[in-house]
Amino acid sequence: MSNGCSPMEPTDTSNPDYFHKVVDCQWACPAHTNVPEYIRLIAQGRYDDAYMLNRQSNVFPGILGRVCDRPCEPACRRTRVDGKAVAICRLKRVAADHRSDVSDRLPRAPEKKNGKRIACIGAGCASLTVANDLMPLGYEITIFERFKQPGGLMRTNIPAFRLPVPVLDEEIEAIVDMGVDLRLGHEITSMKALLDEGFDAVFVGSGAPRGKELNLPGRDQGERIHIGIDWLESVAFKHIDAIGKKVLIIGVGNTAMDCCRTALRLGADDVKVMARKPRGFFKASDWELEDAEEENVEIVINHSPAAFLHDNGTLVGMRFDVMEYDIDNGRITETRKVDTVDLPCDDVILAIGQENAFPWIERDLDIEFDQWDVPVVDRTTFQSTRPGVFFGGDAAFGPENIIWAVEHGHQAAISIHQYCQSEALTDRLPPTMNLSSTKMGLHEWSYANDYSSATRQQMRHVDLDRRFDELEIEVELGFSREDFKAEVQRCLNCDVQTVFDTKLCIECDACIDICPTDCLTITKNGPESDLRNRLSAPAHTPGQDLFVSDGLPQTGRVMVKDEDLCVHCGLCAERCPTAAWDMQQFTINLKHVDQYAADKGASA
Amino acid sequence: MSHIAKPAARHPGQPVNKLGFSERDYEGGMSTLCAGCGHDSITAALVKAFFELDIEPHRVAKLSGIGCSSKTPAYFLSASHGFNSVHGRMPSVVTGANAAERSMAYVGVSGDGDSLSIGIGQFAHAVRRNLNMLYIIENNGVYGLTKGQFSASADLGSKPKKGAPNQLSPIDPVNMAISMGASFVARSFSGDKDQLVPLIKAGIRHDGFALIDVISPCVTFNDHDGSTKSYQYTRDNIVETIHTDFVPPRQEITVDFASGEVTSVRLHDGSHMLLKKVDKAYNADDRAAAISYIQHHQAEGRVVTGLLYFDGAEPEFHQVSGTCQEPLRDLPHNELCPGSEALAKLMKGYR
Repeated sequence: MSNGCSPMEPTDTSNPDYFHKVVDCQWACPAHTNVPEYIRLIAQGRYDDAYMLNRQSNVFPGILGRVCDRPCEPACRRTRVDGKAVAICRLKRVAADHRSDVSDRLPRAPEKKNGKRIACIGAGCASLTVANDLMPLGYEITIFERFKQPGGLMRTNIPAFRLPVPVLDEEIEAIVDMGVDLRLGHEITSMKALLDEGFDAVFVGSGAPRGKELNLPGRDQGERIHIGIDWLESVAFKHIDAIGKKVLIIGVGNTAMDCCRTALRLGADDVKVMARKPRGFFKASDWELEDAEEENVEIVINHSPAAFLHDNGTLVGMRFDVMEYDIDNGRITETRKVDTVDLPCDDVILAIGQENAFPWIERDLDIEFDQWDVPVVDRTTFQSTRPGVFFGGDAAFGPENIIWAVEHGHQAAISIHQYCQSEALTDRLPPTMNLSSTKMGLHEWSYANDYSSATRQQMRHVDLDRRFDELEIEVELGFSREDFKAEVQRCLNCDVQTVFDTKLCIECDACIDICPTDCLTITKNGPESDLRNRLSAPAHTPGQDLFVSDGLPQTGRVMVKDEDLCVHCGLCAERCPTAAWDMQQFTINLKHVDQYAADKGASA
Repeated sequence: MSHIAKPAARHPGQPVNKLGFSERDYEGGMSTLCAGCGHDSITAALVKAFFELDIEPHRVAKLSGIGCSSKTPAYFLSASHGFNSVHGRMPSVVTGANAAERSMAYVGVSGDGDSLSIGIGQFAHAVRRNLNMLYIIENNGVYGLTKGQFSASADLGSKPKKGAPNQLSPIDPVNMAISMGASFVARSFSGDKDQLVPLIKAGIRHDGFALIDVISPCVTFNDHDGSTKSYQYTRDNIVETIHTDFVPPRQEITVDFASGEVTSVRLHDGSHMLLKKVDKAYNADDRAAAISYIQHHQAEGRVVTGLLYFDGAEPEFHQVSGTCQEPLRDLPHNELCPGSEALAKLMKGYR
């Protein structure tokens, strides 16, 4: 925005990114789900509309409303205001749970196809999104899936007590039922052979199916040492239905959390998650850790695995080095081994990460692999070095999460369309935005601007003594009506933007005096670092922008707004005598492939 | 006015004062004045001043008469004592309250109508008595509550929103107060908190009558072209004489006095006013010169602001009257009311 020592330039709010960034949740969501709008729709009881709005960007609202990694929530402004984010993810589930039949509103494929045939490898979220986007445009999509059921890791790695199978099935069917040629139990073993089949484009959405190994003494013996994601997959397909009493889980990521909780449901009664490092260094999301600990899983810190212990070929335990760390400013500066302990166990589950693997892609197909043996994929177009071959989801850049895979799918669908229509892949449509005033009259706005002091609603769970009876019992009960009615009001409507018209301002200070969170200042312009320190309240969150107006008409000073803690109550606009401030609802239009096709249709 | 409550959310970086209160704890109810009213800015300045002075809200009494200005004590210090008096009679009520309990901080908020028309006699005598209070006139030149007729402070020739220009001579509360022996007289502008907040703090800490006449534009009836009390006119014609900085007791004063442009004045509680001359020709300790300077500029349509007159040595009401230190409520009953025998003895002494 400004370079060190010259005064800040007036903020260019015609760039859609400026206001988009103010909507922290939407900006943080890889698929840019319009969170505030769907929360308002829920508040109005318009669950179908809320569901469909979600579906536009994230395709799987019912699934993601349960298991999304929710990058939106740490970003939520409410966290900075009262410490706890709005329960955005679980409100998504509310939309899915309370909707009626929306089948007549789902996208449909036209009878007449456009003659282009696309192959997708793997029936996970990335491929399904590609199909979701391209089927309505007349593409013929074939999805090859090695398992007997579609869903990818959503089915194999996420246990049913977190994601019930009917929810998964319904949202996958919504896509497949458009007429996708779904080839189940069909593993692709040769890319060359597939390319020879003459598809117009190939999309690789095969995930990151290889769990990392832990090569320690004793690893080669016994069958009671499992790879986490393979073990979860066997449980999902009911090939495994029991485990020993004492189970050690190695690793403390989200897969480890699913493994430990699944083990409890298959008969284990003493489950320990073994972490090499202390808390704060765990990869698992806080809420997944909480859920596991609620089920009395013990998380043991500072234990680094050293060896598997066997007695006559039977696994009897594991040896750990007990570690000590010096931590400075959140970083480990010194590591020491202080002790060694043996812990008894019947089974060990390794959950220390996963990676993508492509043994089935021949290396002479002009698909370039880098030094780590992963394909070179363009971050914008998702195309590999071989034109017409695209990657998305975990297959593209390694393990991320569902919502990223969905966005990859959207972007790859655009590229596939451009490729099939012989357009430049890099020719992406820029986002557009719309701002419309929410002013309905004197002090009346078309959004609920009264601030709710309610604290975040707690998700209620099935009682501990009942939830282990069957693997399929969904632990989270979902929000009750009372819960979600309170929770929707916690949303600050960050998309209702404070829009400033410099020439109308008479510098009466009314907005500054009323602002509850000291966001506004009229002052002499200056360099950003200087300005940030002399506002009504110092602006110490650098990721949050300052809005700076042009010179004000009466004194030439500037209006500065620190976006960080604005609660979008609209009092600045209510108190403004000249309507220099207005509350305007911002909508960003990020172009999906249907709009590329519509633009083309319009110009032709 | 607004229809929603001010959100309870606060900036987590909001500082607290020595009492552990944040500025928000010095706020009052939601204002019902017009959006953009200068009075609301003065309210905000009062909130800031009391917060920064670390004054316990219950040690403050805020009093007012009638008018838009006189509504404003409801909008700050909701934990303080308050009295909304008859039109123009606020000074009498403060006199009574102050006589009975002298240790509290008294803030009277009045307007040009309340103080310069119906209450001009009351105002004048409070000045004469050097009553220990902060007296704020929220001066907008019009009667806002009755739809914008000119008040006694409207300048000659000032144009109303509709109708003929004002033909009556204005009453200037500042000139009046200086000429009647006031000990602390200032003028400020609601749109300039950098100037107003330190003046309010000094006025509260001054031991005697402190008048601050604050130009406070009426956005509804007096903020148009041709008005001499609009935001634009005030900004275009403001002449600052002496800028005051307030330094609380025991805080180090880090100003270079060498140039002679800054002087330090000690107030009775040990705090200091740092007076910085914006106009080198101005002296705040010369009544006649001050009046002449102000009138000279007024004739040119200029608005003179800053600390215009100060005399820290002038005895205040209690010193003149020789009254007791204790609040009357703390006196034993037989001292407060010694009985008819004592009264008869007293009366006898006057015969």
